[in-house]
Amino acid sequence: MTLAAQDVSVSIGRKPIVQDVSLTAEAGEFTAIVGPNGSGKTTLMRALTGELAHRGRITLNDQDITALAPEALARRRGVLPQAAALSFPFTVAEVVRIGLEARGERADALIPAALAAVDLPDFSGRLYQQLSGGEQQRVQLARVLAQVWNPVDEQGARWLFLDEPVSSLDIAHQLTVMRLAADYARRGGGVIAVMHDLNLTALFAQKVILLGRGEVLSQGTPAEVMTDATLSNAYGCDLRVNKVPTEGIWILPQVAA
Amino acid sequence: MVAVSPEISRIAGDRSHRARLTSWILVVALLVTAIMSLGWGASGTSLTRAISDLLAGRELAVQDRVVLLDIRLPRVLMGVCVGAALAVSGALMQGLFRNPLADPGIVGVSSGASLGAILAIVLGTALPAAIAGIFGWYLVPVAAFIGSWVTTMTLYRVATRKGRTSVATMLLAGIALGAILSAIAGLVILRANDSQLRDLTFWGLGSLAGANWPKLMAAGPIMLLAVVTSPALARGLNALALGEAAAGHVGIRVQRVKNRAILTVAAATGAAVAVSGGIGFVGIVVPHLLRLASGPDHRWLLVNSGLLGATMLLWADMASRTLIAPAELPIGIVTAMIGGPFFLWILLRNRGVLDL
Repeated sequence: MTLAAQDVSVSIGRKPIVQDVSLTAEAGEFTAIVGPNGSGKTTLMRALTGELAHRGRITLNDQDITALAPEALARRRGVLPQAAALSFPFTVAEVVRIGLEARGERADALIPAALAAVDLPDFSGRLYQQLSGGEQQRVQLARVLAQVWNPVDEQGARWLFLDEPVSSLDIAHQLTVMRLAADYARRGGGVIAVMHDLNLTALFAQKVILLGRGEVLSQGTPAEVMTDATLSNAYGCDLRVNKVPTEGIWILPQVAA
Repeated sequence: MVAVSPEISRIAGDRSHRARLTSWILVVALLVTAIMSLGWGASGTSLTRAISDLLAGRELAVQDRVVLLDIRLPRVLMGVCVGAALAVSGALMQGLFRNPLADPGIVGVSSGASLGAILAIVLGTALPAAIAGIFGWYLVPVAAFIGSWVTTMTLYRVATRKGRTSVATMLLAGIALGAILSAIAGLVILRANDSQLRDLTFWGLGSLAGANWPKLMAAGPIMLLAVVTSPALARGLNALALGEAAAGHVGIRVQRVKNRAILTVAAATGAAVAVSGGIGFVGIVVPHLLRLASGPDHRWLLVNSGLLGATMLLWADMASRTLIAPAELPIGIVTAMIGGPFFLWILLRNRGVLDL
């Protein structure tokens, strides 16, 4: 059960954004895609989910994603987008149900379960548009989760594709969401997330793919990728791993209970 | 992870029970209104007398039969079809453009249909008799359909960039398109002769007064088909509210939904405009009221829009027959007088929220 990309290139207009990227991600693992702004993370993600036309070959569980029907693909993987605007006054329960409907079965009981998983247990009657950005992001995650609720089914692993899943969350909910995703992977599902926070990435990812200027600079375990030299080069800024500052205050998710 | 119980009582925020109840209320309201509407009119014919005649096994008086069956019944049925078609078109367009202000009348789709109809009325007589004979009563509806279809397609192309439909562009492009189409319509009307001019004026004000069986048979099935098939688009439109990319990710064939929605809007609007002229605002007011009552879920919104649209148009028609009796007010004026202020109210209420 693998997501594999082979020599994937994506251009938007005439501008090449992602060039000859090859990567693999295994089900049962949390794979993080990191890199500086403009390195092509989101574009690569949109290619991996089948949203953008691309050169090269992308397979999910050994099936070419371009050959899969949209309905079949929707039962195999859920996608959490970065921006989450909604055009009509749907309630939270109704938004989550849109994810459920992709399953082609009635399973309304999953609505409260999915909301509880993202720590919004009493929100199902609220109007989506009246929630804060972070709450909206978690409602969207509940919707995606409801779509692919069981990490494994008779056809194999299911996948979560998360584009900056913790970007507008407070530190407590960042941990909630990261633990939820890690748990999904531990139960056999695949998780691929575009991440900005290197601490959370180091804490939860089993595999890190570092992008720079549309190419893969490095991929491997966090320990292999997150070195002083590699990170400093990628981000264009002098970075030191595991160096403790001598003064000031710092707060690390690693030591949160 | 939380255990999932197999059955669950009503989930907070699930408004489908309310929408279902609304459906039943609207069915009853439509039936009552249709019967009232049959008994409503300038002539002395009374529905109760006709019914008691029928129940007693007596033949209907000739006048009653003509008034009820040949004048009022087609008019009521036409009102039902047109009202449902306009309201469903509005709901579909709003779902497609992801905006509660989209309406065939406002963004120029009706102008496109009008131009098609005007071309058919004015140039139709110039067609060889053989071709005109084939189309018959269908000529005007088909021409109106083509007009509204081309306009909707153009509008969607202009307003959509990178999968995102801009509301401002849509409204402004709709105004520009409407102006161009009206100008062309004006040019065509210059070529019309006196009898065609009378037809055009009567038709242009928006009225159900011209309803008769042949027109109903030509345009009614198109409107009914559009209305009845629209709920098949509900799941797609719900997902589309999340944006085109997200809709694709939950397994919706987005392009297919868009094409079918455009085709349905064009057919319903085209046929409605062809037989009743410019009746505005039904498509804005009806879906908006229903969203307030039972939420924006298209599985219910489309069905309920059809029911409420039909009911409201029958009421507007009764008002148009009564307000300045014995003369008749064009129904387009009635709907505009109610719908115009309502549109402004929506705009003011949502000023902060709408992405304009």
